[in-house]
Amino acid sequence: MALRKKLLGLCLIAVMLLAAMFSVSCSEGAGDAVVLNVYNWGEYISDGSEGSLDVNAEFEEYCKSKGLNVKVNYTTFDSNESMYNKLKSGAVSYDVIFPSDYMIARMVKEDMLLPLNFDNIPNIVNVEESFKNLYYDPDQTYSVPYFVGYVGIIYNTQYVDEEDAKGWDLLWNEKYKGKILQFNNSRDAFGTALFKEGNSVNNTDETKWRSALELLKTQKKLVQGYVMDEIFNKMKNESAYIAAYYAGDFLAMYEENDNLAFYYPEEGTNVFGDAMCIPTCCKNKELAEMYINFMLEEEIGAANSEMTYYATPNKLVNQNAEYIEYMSSIHEDAMYILSPEFDEGYVTEYYHNFDEDMLKLINDLWEELKIESTSDVPVYITCVVIAAAIAVFFTVRAITQYKRRKYY
Amino acid sequence: MKTLSRAFMILVFGILYIPMMVLVLFSFNSSKSTGNFTGFSFKWYAELFRDSATFIALRNTLILAACSAILATIIGTLAAVGIYKMKNKYLKASINTVTNIPMMNPDIVTGISMMLLFVFVGGMLGLEDKLSFWTMLIAHTTFNLPYVILSVMPKLRQMDVHLPEAAMDLGCTPLQAFFKVELHTILPGIITGMMMAFTLSLDDFVISFFTSGSDFQTLPLLIYSMTKKEVTPDMYALSTIMMTAILILMLLTNIRSDKKKQVK
Repeated sequence: MALRKKLLGLCLIAVMLLAAMFSVSCSEGAGDAVVLNVYNWGEYISDGSEGSLDVNAEFEEYCKSKGLNVKVNYTTFDSNESMYNKLKSGAVSYDVIFPSDYMIARMVKEDMLLPLNFDNIPNIVNVEESFKNLYYDPDQTYSVPYFVGYVGIIYNTQYVDEEDAKGWDLLWNEKYKGKILQFNNSRDAFGTALFKEGNSVNNTDETKWRSALELLKTQKKLVQGYVMDEIFNKMKNESAYIAAYYAGDFLAMYEENDNLAFYYPEEGTNVFGDAMCIPTCCKNKELAEMYINFMLEEEIGAANSEMTYYATPNKLVNQNAEYIEYMSSIHEDAMYILSPEFDEGYVTEYYHNFDEDMLKLINDLWEELKIESTSDVPVYITCVVIAAAIAVFFTVRAITQYKRRKYY
Repeated sequence: MKTLSRAFMILVFGILYIPMMVLVLFSFNSSKSTGNFTGFSFKWYAELFRDSATFIALRNTLILAACSAILATIIGTLAAVGIYKMKNKYLKASINTVTNIPMMNPDIVTGISMMLLFVFVGGMLGLEDKLSFWTMLIAHTTFNLPYVILSVMPKLRQMDVHLPEAAMDLGCTPLQAFFKVELHTILPGIITGMMMAFTLSLDDFVISFFTSGSDFQTLPLLIYSMTKKEVTPDMYALSTIMMTAILILMLLTNIRSDKKKQVK
C-alpha cells in the first residue's frame, strides 16, 4: 500500500513536471507571442537589479503599446569566440547579437551578418560620429555601436609610487613583484607587451610577436597571476596593486576602494567597441531592428550605461545631466575616464581580425607562455614522490604475494 | 595518535566546509566586496528575488534536472532489470560495459559528439533550431543513465531470486510480480539513482555548454557568462539557498531512515 502511494506520488510529480516543461516550451514558442532571441555578454544590460530599469521588460511593454506581443528570450555568452562557435555550428538562431569589433569584421567576412535596414533604426542619429564607420564596418551597414571603452592601468595609490605610473612598464616593475595582474587572454596580454615596445597590436611580423613573448616571459616571474574576473576582488581587497583592465570596470572597483587610481599609458592603448548586429540565422529581422533602435533611446541607453559603467557612444546619454551626475558621484573624473580626449598623436588601436595562420601563431605563443612554468620544481617533486610511493606500494605487494604463494 | 587522527579529521572537514561557510557568510554581506565584511544584510537575497534573469535560469535548471532525472530513472531501471535478467553471460558483460561508457567518457567528448549528432540529425530533418531544450534533455538523460543503472544493479543482485518466483507461485503474473515484489525491493536503489541523476544534471556545465540552444539557458551557463565581469553576490545568496535546501533534504531522509530502523 505504502509503495503504491509512493509510486503514485512519483508519477504525479512526473506528470506535473512534464506539464511544466510543456508550458515552458510552449510559452516560449506559441501563445501568440513572438520570441526575440537576444544573445549578449553576461552582465551587459540593465536587468532590473538594484532598482535599475529592466530593459527587456521595458521593450516587451513598448511592443505591447504598439500592439505586438513580444517575448524577449535573453541569453548570455562569455567571449566572442564561444558566441562565434555557437553561431557557426548553424544549430541555433539568434535575432540580435553583441559581438566586439574584430569579431564583427570576421563575421562580415564570413557572411554571417545581415545588412541592417536603417529606416527601422532612426535612432542611429544618436550615435556619436566618431564611433561610426569604423574599420570593422566602414559603411555602417552591419552594426550599431553599443558600448565602447579603453584599456588602462589600475593601481593602488597606497603602495605604488605616483612617478612609476606613467606607461606600460609599470606592469614590469620589479618593485611590485607578486602584486601585478595580467590578462588571462592572449590578445590582451600580448597587447600590453606590444604597446610597451611601441609596436602595433595588429602587426603580423612574427619577430615582433616573439619579442613580446620574451617580454611576457620575463614578466611572468613578477605577476601574481593571469586573471579575468578575479581582478575585481584582488584589486579591491588589495591583494594585488597593479593591473590593466577596462576603464568601466575600474569605476566599479573604485566604488568600493577609493585607494585605486587609473591612467592611460603614454605609449598608447587598446580601444574596443561592442556593437549590435543581426546574424543571418535571424527569424524576425524587423523586430530585431526595433530592439536595436530601442537600445539607442536616451533613457534605455542611460540605464544600461549606469549599470555597466562602460562608455556609451550615444550622444544623448553622454549629455544626459542625470547620467553625468550619477557617474560623477562614483568618481569625480568618471566622464573623462570613460571618454578621454587624448592629445594629438596618441595611439589608440582597435584589435583587427587576423587570418588563420596568425591566430595559430598567437595561440602557440600564448601556450608557450602559459606552459613555461616558473614553479616547475615543486610540481615535479610532488609527481616524483607520488610515482615513487605507488611503485613502492606495488613492489611490496608483489613481494608479499610471492612469499605467500611460496609458503602455501 | 588519537589527537593526531582528530586533527586530521578536523583538517579534512575544514577543507570541505570552510569554502561553503565563507560563501554563506558573504551572501549576508552588505557590500559587493568579498574582502571585508562590511555589515549584515539580506540585500542580496532581496536582489535575487528581483533578478528575473537568474530566476529564469534557475527555473530552467530545475526543470531540466527533474525531467532528465525522471526519464533517466525510468529508462535506467528498465535497462538494469533487463540486463540483470540476461542469460548470455558475454552479452551481459558487454552491455554492461557499453552502458558505462558515457560515465567514463570525458564530459567534453560527450558534449562535442552530442552536439555534432544533433546538428547532423537536425540538418537531415531540416530543423531550423537544431539545438534546443529537447537536445539538452536528451544529452542530460544520456549521461545520467549509467548512474541510475549502477545504483539499481546492486539492489537487484541483493534481491532474493526466489522472491518473484514465490509471488508468481501465489498467482501473480510476471508483470504483477515485478510491480508488487521486485520494484519494492529495488526502490531504495532507484531513489538513490534518481537523486544522483538530479544533482549531476543540476551542476553540469560542459555538456550543457555544447548542447544548449538559443531558447534555454541554465544556471551554470549563466554564471559562466559572467566571468568577464564580476559574479554578483546574489549568486552567493542563491548558492546558500540551494545548499540549505539540500541540507534539509539530507536531514529529512536520514531522520526517516533512522525511524524505520527503530521500528524494525
